[in-house]
Amino acid sequence: MSSDAMAIHQGTDVGSRPWVETLHGWVTTVDHKRLGILYILYALLFLAVAGSEAMIIRIQLMYPHNSFVSPQVFNRIFTMHGTTMVFFVGIPVLFGLANYLVPLMIGARDMAFPRLNAFSFWLTALGGFLLYFSFLGGSGLYGAGNAPDVGWWAYAPLTSRAFSPGHSSDYWTISLLVAGFGSIGTAVNIIATILCMRCPGMKLSRLPLLAWLNLVVSGMVLIAITPLSAAQIMLCVDRYLGGHFFDTQAGGSATLWMHFFWIFGHPEVYILILPAFAVLSEVIPVFSRKPMFGYPVMVGATIAIGFISMSVWAHHMFSMGMSSYGNAFFVLTTMAIAVPTGIKIFNWLGTMWGGRIIFKTPMLFCIGFLFNFLIAGLTGIMLGSAAFNWQLTGSYFVVAHFHYTLSGSFLFGIFAAFYYWYPKIIGRMLSERLGKLHFWLFFIGFHLCFDLMHIPGLLGMARRIYTYEPGRGWDTLNLLVSIGAFIQGIATLIFVANLIISYFKGTKAGNDPWDAWTLEWSVSSPPPAYNFAVTPTVASRRPLWDLKHPEDPDSRYE
Amino acid sequence: MHSMTHKTDWGVVVGRATGILVLVAGILLAAGLCTASQRSDNPVPNIFDPRSTPAESIRDHSYFVLAITSLIFLVVVTLLVYAVVKFRDKPLTAGREPAQVYGSTQIELAWTIIPVLIVFVLFLATARVIHAIEDARKPATAVEVTAIGHQFWWEYRYPALGVVTANELHVPVSDPAHPTPTFLKLLSADTDHSFWVPQLAGKTDLIPNRVNHTWIDPHQTGVYVGQCAQYCGTQHGKMLLRVSVDSPEEFAAWVQAQKQPANHDDKANAGRRVFETTACINCHAVGGTNGTGRFGPDLTHLMSRNTIAAGAALNTDENLRLWIQNPDAIKPGSLMPAMKLSDADLDALVRYLETLR
Repeated sequence: MSSDAMAIHQGTDVGSRPWVETLHGWVTTVDHKRLGILYILYALLFLAVAGSEAMIIRIQLMYPHNSFVSPQVFNRIFTMHGTTMVFFVGIPVLFGLANYLVPLMIGARDMAFPRLNAFSFWLTALGGFLLYFSFLGGSGLYGAGNAPDVGWWAYAPLTSRAFSPGHSSDYWTISLLVAGFGSIGTAVNIIATILCMRCPGMKLSRLPLLAWLNLVVSGMVLIAITPLSAAQIMLCVDRYLGGHFFDTQAGGSATLWMHFFWIFGHPEVYILILPAFAVLSEVIPVFSRKPMFGYPVMVGATIAIGFISMSVWAHHMFSMGMSSYGNAFFVLTTMAIAVPTGIKIFNWLGTMWGGRIIFKTPMLFCIGFLFNFLIAGLTGIMLGSAAFNWQLTGSYFVVAHFHYTLSGSFLFGIFAAFYYWYPKIIGRMLSERLGKLHFWLFFIGFHLCFDLMHIPGLLGMARRIYTYEPGRGWDTLNLLVSIGAFIQGIATLIFVANLIISYFKGTKAGNDPWDAWTLEWSVSSPPPAYNFAVTPTVASRRPLWDLKHPEDPDSRYE
Repeated sequence: MHSMTHKTDWGVVVGRATGILVLVAGILLAAGLCTASQRSDNPVPNIFDPRSTPAESIRDHSYFVLAITSLIFLVVVTLLVYAVVKFRDKPLTAGREPAQVYGSTQIELAWTIIPVLIVFVLFLATARVIHAIEDARKPATAVEVTAIGHQFWWEYRYPALGVVTANELHVPVSDPAHPTPTFLKLLSADTDHSFWVPQLAGKTDLIPNRVNHTWIDPHQTGVYVGQCAQYCGTQHGKMLLRVSVDSPEEFAAWVQAQKQPANHDDKANAGRRVFETTACINCHAVGGTNGTGRFGPDLTHLMSRNTIAAGAALNTDENLRLWIQNPDAIKPGSLMPAMKLSDADLDALVRYLETLR
């Protein structure tokens, strides 16, 4: 999809300009909608890259003692797959959606700090490209290339000079540091936008849930990214200035890094899943034709998740030999987070209950999400139970679990968002036919892959191993898991094809193709550069419902 | 709306296919777990087939957690399926908006309080098992072993018995009436590792500059396999674990044999000279020679072990030769250098190693 053609659709007058000027327009833009699209395209690019890496992993693990790639390459690939998916797919796509949608949903002209917005995007972009430049520059002058191979959580002392010579770990460190600053910038921006830029009548109690959830997410980004950035700087000090924070050979502490990383890492999981919750909280009501069930409880549960998620990090470290009291504490906090999360699932069900559920592709992905996320939550309870965790952690069970949250839940939510808001962003509908094919193929591939992946974990298969011994009951399962992964790959290609084909051939969307209720559907598709010709005034959580049903407006009940 | 209905036909077909697939997956899961526990010759490290108290407590606890989570799963999936089927858009109601319901305090309270109670019960049950395993008292009859993780092999030292060995841990079987559990002190020489023999106990990490502990009391003799479960570098994948659980007599005999000085057969003197005059001694020790290195496994009783390269290959004449000349053929990226010996030296060295019983 050329940015040239995209610009024409922005409804501006650049149609006749040469492509250099159009490109210049995109590079220098401070418009929240264009930056949102840039974030999303960037995330799609890296989704393709990290998805291909997943395919390499699954080809290698199809058979025992396979030698498709060497252990060195395998270790780089799984490190890059994890790092890319979390930092350069997950975070950009959630910021892209927030960037595009939040100002439109709260009736604002733009983000609070448009220039900071552009700066943050380009920092994040630089981070991703720095990480991938390691393939060329990681080992210095040899030219063979050397990406980081320390795993996406980069436990000390694997990152120390003794175990990671050359520059591959530095690319990992610096790219996350740079992208982290970008994330902090955007988080500040989203918070300021939501708190200060709401249109008249848009009280916090009438804020669309998507905006509420992004407000909480941005707060969590501020708290969680900071220790990660601090740890990255400490690691740089260790590697280049003779520091010994994590350098165990000089008395440094390996567990210190674990704490730093996971006090970022666990909130990060919720930073990724809350935006998917946000999508569900917008899509499910519209396709059930009912308002969100228990709106105040949903907001409360979100804030509770935000708080509790800051106190659960050491459940990633149950095997590192904490005292029984320490372990028990983190069991309690980890279990506690299941309560607000469960409340959310029940409220979505409550929204569907008694509704008139319309099975368009966005809703299919939301229902798929509910099913997958339920299982992800339940395996999460198993993992949160420290004693059970001692068997499960570090095995393929945990890999299956977090892919249930990130692929089966986060990605399903993001797909739902694509099918739901693509018409608004592009002005054309995505093909329902390809969309349903995408959904079913992905759903089948996902379950073939990740349902079965739990079992080798229960049978003792450790994660991050480049090959395994035959005869341990893992062989057939791994083959089927790989086939499931390939099916997901094909489904994703169909999705990308749908994005491209519908861009040219999709039916025109009109302002409000889903008969929805939030402000973004009141403007043209794609929205004009200025968003709203007249600043809207709202009187309830569903301003468009009030407009469409003047005889029975929401404002009467709230 | 109309264009949608005729396209859902094969959506339904695919939907049914998914149902069948989920069913097949379930059967496979059950079959996988059953067949796994039937083998005995080549043990599958199945966590649901424990042979030692910590692993058994975890298994029993896991059944409790699985029962509760299965129940939650059934309830919520039933509600979800019911909602999807019952409240789906029907031609009859098309276009009409359903009753607009905004919430219910009673229902919200119900689905807050019930999960809180479940969570509390799960917490208490877990805390009990954590305490039972982690705070277990060490009986006077316990065997003490220090396990040291290396890139990419295991060093075992029995300080009370004066035994040093590598990769294959020998412990006595523990009779519940007269328990002789093995308490392990876990250290690391380089990066993080994790000690995981699923049938004997859960994982405990080996972390540099930190002392960790775990214990096992296997009830049944045999060989139990596992592997390093914390990513530790290039050959994390082939840092395998083997625990040989011996009868008390076998264990005593094994200890006795391990305490003997290295066997020195004059017929192997040429090989011993190769060992002592090449880089072997920088990393490997053989009792009674000038080889005292500690970067690699102690070879004093090499031939008492069934495998080499941390379980990556059987301890055969052929594999020994390959391992010395080209370790990358067995374990690419291991820290053993290719020795590039002449054929004569290699023959002599392997002949010497094969005397180290």
